[in-house]
Amino acid sequence: MAVDQSDIEKLAELARLQISEEAAAETAQSISQVLELVDQLQAADTQNVKPMAHPLDAVQRLRADVVTETDQRESLQAMAPATQDGLYLVPKVIE
Amino acid sequence: MHSKTIAQLISGLRNKEFSSVELTQHFLDRIAAHDDRYNSFITLTGDIALTQAQVADQRLAAGDAPALCGVPIAHKDIFCTKGVRTSCASKMLDNFIAPYDATIVENYQQAGAVMLGKTNMDEFAMGSSNETSYYGPVKNPWNTNCVPGGSSGGSAAAVAALLAPGATASDTGGSIRQPAALCGLTGIKPTYGRVSRYGMIAFASSLDQAGVLTRSAEDAAIMLNTMASFDAKDSTCVDQPLEDYTQGLAASLNGLTIGIPDEYFGEGLNPKTAEAVQAAIKTYQSLGATIKPISLPHTHLAVPAYYVIAPAECSANLSRFDGVRYGHRCEDPKDLADLYKRSRGEGFGNEVKRRILVGAYALSAGYYDAYYNKAQQVRRLIKQDFVEAFADVDVILGPTAPNPAFEFGAKGGDPVAMYLEDIYTIATNLAGLPGLSIPCGLIDGKPIGLQLIGNYFAEGKLLNVAHQFQQATDFHQQTAPATA
Repeated sequence: MAVDQSDIEKLAELARLQISEEAAAETAQSISQVLELVDQLQAADTQNVKPMAHPLDAVQRLRADVVTETDQRESLQAMAPATQDGLYLVPKVIE
Repeated sequence: MHSKTIAQLISGLRNKEFSSVELTQHFLDRIAAHDDRYNSFITLTGDIALTQAQVADQRLAAGDAPALCGVPIAHKDIFCTKGVRTSCASKMLDNFIAPYDATIVENYQQAGAVMLGKTNMDEFAMGSSNETSYYGPVKNPWNTNCVPGGSSGGSAAAVAALLAPGATASDTGGSIRQPAALCGLTGIKPTYGRVSRYGMIAFASSLDQAGVLTRSAEDAAIMLNTMASFDAKDSTCVDQPLEDYTQGLAASLNGLTIGIPDEYFGEGLNPKTAEAVQAAIKTYQSLGATIKPISLPHTHLAVPAYYVIAPAECSANLSRFDGVRYGHRCEDPKDLADLYKRSRGEGFGNEVKRRILVGAYALSAGYYDAYYNKAQQVRRLIKQDFVEAFADVDVILGPTAPNPAFEFGAKGGDPVAMYLEDIYTIATNLAGLPGLSIPCGLIDGKPIGLQLIGNYFAEGKLLNVAHQFQQATDFHQQTAPATA
């Protein structure tokens, strides 16, 4: 399936990814090439085939509900772009 | 010292032929002298390396030396290293100092290995040529006009140029085996879940697996012994008994059955690559193996299924890079949406953006069944092909990549042409099987890779089959012309 520039703009909005207008046209073309490749899947007979999410069909391992991690807030926030009083700062969300 | 294998370095260190500090300084000097040509490292960790080497020398002197004590290695820059920049070759993480070590990094530290530095790669491991790195492309030591393969191209080039005796790497669709093929190395991707993914920056979580790049199967066995472990911190790590991969290397191949899949010798395969692989098959026959033609009928669907599943998982995994907690943040965001969009738009390169968008498309309402669900169904059919094949054969053999190393820019703007370079390696990741590449010849002075695929947790068998080939041939001992 081919996508056009407006599809790319919608996808970029969903993915919170800025794509310049010039890049959008080029991206639409290259993504259409990728989709043409993956469209070969449609010819496969997959009736009654169970989707496979994990190569060994493993399920989530459970553990006891106890604290195993120590508090590392300071070291983790040391690399944040902006923090204050132990909180991450972002532009004002609520007026 | 730089032309010695890891096995030789271990015995040289133990026999006091040289110290770890001497050895480490030697490799650091080589990197300083030669890496301008290859760009195989993003970050050098000389101070850490020399400190680790001093500790290793003390342990060697005290007779308390663990497996890799004093042996210098390089880590792909996808593995978190505490206190050291871990960039994943992306502008997004150019300023990221990892707050913890990946489990495999810890495993190597405990085994006494010395970290020389962090190697270059395709951005977020997305690529087959190392051209997508924020830090510039890596050059192939065999021919610096050509790519080293990807995504572990820096690890491959460093080992091929004898700037490190071995390196860690990761493989989501061929990122260990294809660079091994293009740089004339031995590279193994273990069974999915055999090696911990904790601290390995995620690309496609159901496909990613760490492994090693070395100059022989014996060295790969030695390095994998340390890398493999069960890790409760990785929920997909499999709790299987560990084995010593060096133990079975010497076993005879008498009675071994090797499957040759028709589908791996079809259209698109360079005839000279096919010739070299056919010659390798003859070598195996002379070593006592039986050759059996097999079919993996869904092979042609592996690349299409992969380019739904991998981008879908990538778009989910890379949503964590939001400019809030770490990594690149744009200047003067006007609101939160602008902060997200511009930070990500500026921080990610084109191939990463393309895959995020393809993934968002495959997962979006209305397309999920047609793409994601369908790809997961095809994934099971691909696995089933292998399960049926392994009922009759011990290992599967074919080419690793259709062509030897290609020139920079050769795949131009066509992403699909690049994706098809991984046509023989991708199915192994979809099925979760172990795969290995060893050198089996040269075309116009450029190496060709032979791929061996094993059953689940048959890494030992694969390494044995590779080692026996290397006892009978000397392709793995050939080094890039400019390395002396």
